Amino acid sequence: MIPPLIIETALDKGIDLIGITDHNCSSNVEAVINASSGTGLIVLPGMEVQTREEVHTLCLFDSLVQIQAFQREIDGKLPDLKNKPEHFGSQLVVDQSGEFLGYEDRLLLTSVDISLNELFNLTNDLGGLFIPAHVDREVFGLIKNLGFIPQDIEIQILEISKNITVPDAYLRYPQIKDFPLIQSGDAHRLDEIMGFNRLYLESPTILGIKQAINQKMVEIIGFPNV
Amino acid sequence: MNLQEIINHLGLEVLTTKDKDFSAVEPQSGYISDLLSCVMAGANPLSLWVTLQAHINIVAVGALKEVAAIIITEGARPEEGTIQKAEEEGITLLATPLSSFFIVGSLWELGLREKA
Repeated sequence: MIPPLIIETALDKGIDLIGITDHNCSSNVEAVINASSGTGLIVLPGMEVQTREEVHTLCLFDSLVQIQAFQREIDGKLPDLKNKPEHFGSQLVVDQSGEFLGYEDRLLLTSVDISLNELFNLTNDLGGLFIPAHVDREVFGLIKNLGFIPQDIEIQILEISKNITVPDAYLRYPQIKDFPLIQSGDAHRLDEIMGFNRLYLESPTILGIKQAINQKMVEIIGFPNV
Repeated sequence: MNLQEIINHLGLEVLTTKDKDFSAVEPQSGYISDLLSCVMAGANPLSLWVTLQAHINIVAVGALKEVAAIIITEGARPEEGTIQKAEEEGITLLATPLSSFFIVGSLWELGLREKA
């Protein structure tokens, strides 16, 4: 998944906007943004954070300044453990052409010491969008771990995995019936990219996305009818 | 065995109001899980629920299942808002630095079982 190939694949598939959300880490975000320069593809910086409750959440922002401020907060709450590449694989950092820059040495696959509610507030305060990820998954999904959507934070939208359809998700989990949904394939390789979400945006920004969600202008396209 | 005796025996910290008469509460059974969807399906009324989950949703789940108290283990600390919510719902939150394994083992020794 080197940056130029991510850009090329997205453009080939007719995608206008992508978010880069590595697990507990944003070291490769700038490279992808730089690689997109002049192509017309919009790349939003982000992160998939694993909270203290072992709930995966996507946090999306507009600018590198925001994601860097966010990363500093996460850095202070990531346990001080070293990655063991022989068990967990290497965590590479690359530049915009895909050239190797170095390794991320800290173990990223663990939980950040931040609650889901604290993470919502941090993301919101920095102007970002907070999307609980693959909420239907048995592992790292919000519904399994926390039972229902917390009432005391204003979550706007949820993501479901590729393993379920929207009607089935609403049927199986009545506790999410009031929330609009996006669907993602959680692609870790280029050939895993499947469907996408169509949003009608006045501007390709976090604010634009939030407005589209509020106006229910979100359409899920191209996922299998599992 | 009443809840006050259990609190004393295990040295549990009472996070919610201490004014309650814990000696009048008789836990009937025990349950352990950190996955709230499992607790919603599995915990019994008047059970002691042992968990290291400290998210605010534990209060609603505890109230739904009418548990006798929630024991939060391994030093996990609920946020202030969670403790307030528990007060409003009348749910007793207890805390300990000890592990879930140790707490459940101790409760078993005190005679508590999975079912009443």
